[in-house]
Amino acid sequence: MRIVVDRDLCQGHAACEGEAPTVFSVSKKGELTVLQPEPPEELRAQVLMAVKYCPTHALSIEED
Amino acid sequence: MTTETTVREPPRVSGGDVANGHLEELSRDPIGLMARVRAECGDVGEFTLGGRDVVLLTGADANEFYFRAPEEQLDQAEAYPFMTPIFGTGVVFDAPPERRREMLHNQALRDKFMRGHAATIAHEVEQMVARWDDEGEIDLLDWFAELTIYTSSACLIGPRFRQELDGRFAQLYHDLERGTDPIAYVDPYADIESFRQRDAARAALVELVSGIMERRSAEPAPADGEPDLLDILMSIRDEDGSLRFSADAVTGMFISMMFAGHHTTSGTAAWTLIELLRHPGEMDLVRAELDDLYADGSEVSFQALRAIPHLESALKEALRLHPPLILLLRVAMEDLEYGGYRIAAGKFVGASPAICNRLPGDFPDADAFVPARYLEPREEDRANPWTWIPFGAGRHRCVGAAFAMMQLKAIFSVLLQGWEFEAAQPLDTYRNDHSKMVVQLQQPCRVRYRRRAGSGTAS
Repeated sequence: MRIVVDRDLCQGHAACEGEAPTVFSVSKKGELTVLQPEPPEELRAQVLMAVKYCPTHALSIEED
Repeated sequence: MTTETTVREPPRVSGGDVANGHLEELSRDPIGLMARVRAECGDVGEFTLGGRDVVLLTGADANEFYFRAPEEQLDQAEAYPFMTPIFGTGVVFDAPPERRREMLHNQALRDKFMRGHAATIAHEVEQMVARWDDEGEIDLLDWFAELTIYTSSACLIGPRFRQELDGRFAQLYHDLERGTDPIAYVDPYADIESFRQRDAARAALVELVSGIMERRSAEPAPADGEPDLLDILMSIRDEDGSLRFSADAVTGMFISMMFAGHHTTSGTAAWTLIELLRHPGEMDLVRAELDDLYADGSEVSFQALRAIPHLESALKEALRLHPPLILLLRVAMEDLEYGGYRIAAGKFVGASPAICNRLPGDFPDADAFVPARYLEPREEDRANPWTWIPFGAGRHRCVGAAFAMMQLKAIFSVLLQGWEFEAAQPLDTYRNDHSKMVVQLQQPCRVRYRRRAGSGTAS
């Protein structure tokens, strides 16, 4: 799976970091860095939660 | 490629053949006007506000275009002229997205402060109901407007500042919100009664804040207390030792900080209660859910940050049917094109939560209060990110949305556990007053309360 960020929509709430801290990191200024753009399968559950709880719907997953 | 000759001007809605265009209709029946634009013109249509054209976009595609547009194309700065006399000059209405991201992370809206805020809000509700007898009657507009003055001042400025406020501050603040007649699009300083009251209210608020600042100057802050925002602003001094920020400037900052979260939260709380009174089955579901959730004696500060599905669905449905902002506006900064239509630089461009939240294709039984539409698997808010827009969408989506939902959950956790409510007037007579740009409940909007059997005095 591959993580897709819609940068138009991200406001830096950092909900994703809360759900999947090894995949997403949000700086003090609210800038999102995807630490693992293609996370391993065992993180799928966490990543799905991050996608679901993003308040601005900025995240999605593309399957290989 | 679209060639220049195929790009047309947006169709115009009927009416408005008078000096100020559709201004009068906008202040009489704004939702009717916007619905007519969509019915007559489709996703792109135009009406006239004073001397300016407003291109109204509706529907998912058009909204996505609107909410994704960068500042250089659609700018918010000049779109709300009725706010300038309220905030004062020098206070900006909105910040660019980069700054908004920083704000989210730097100040009171940060996630880690939320628990403290939830406790503060629960405490403020308890203080307000502590004044109640075992039964009585309240006006929803007055009551929730006063409550949300206390909650927003306590959370955003600080508890010490909040302690200096009483109902007078809430009344003056209400006068500011009432001074938002759409005639401001022609002249924000027009000589009309509500604008005179607005200006008098702002002057009186500056007086109040000035008094608080003088008292603080005379006696030092208590050593044990955290400095609040006013302490911090007063600690900033120019080289000659004088205060950097005058009482007028401080008041403007406080008014603007509290504005976005005040009438919006207050109105949503009132409409949620009204809709629950109109739908007793939903009220029973929410009450049972809260009783169950708090049966173990857990704190509101804990639960308000967690899922409360039935209550949240009721809140979302009140927001969908009665969005606090019915028309969002921007100014086109350059010539734009959408759907084969030209949007000329300088025109206003609008999106409408009131219309889009009820599009029948996106929301089955769109005019009905159906909280179940938010439960899995329907999740109609998530399924319609560009048309379920009580908080807007995209880069300018309300940064206080999470705070607002937490606040509303905390308010109803306290109210519904301790009290029963019933309408004090026919259920179909609760309605909004649309004569101002800041939409509020029309008075009278009264309900009766009664202490619940088995519930002790407020703790």
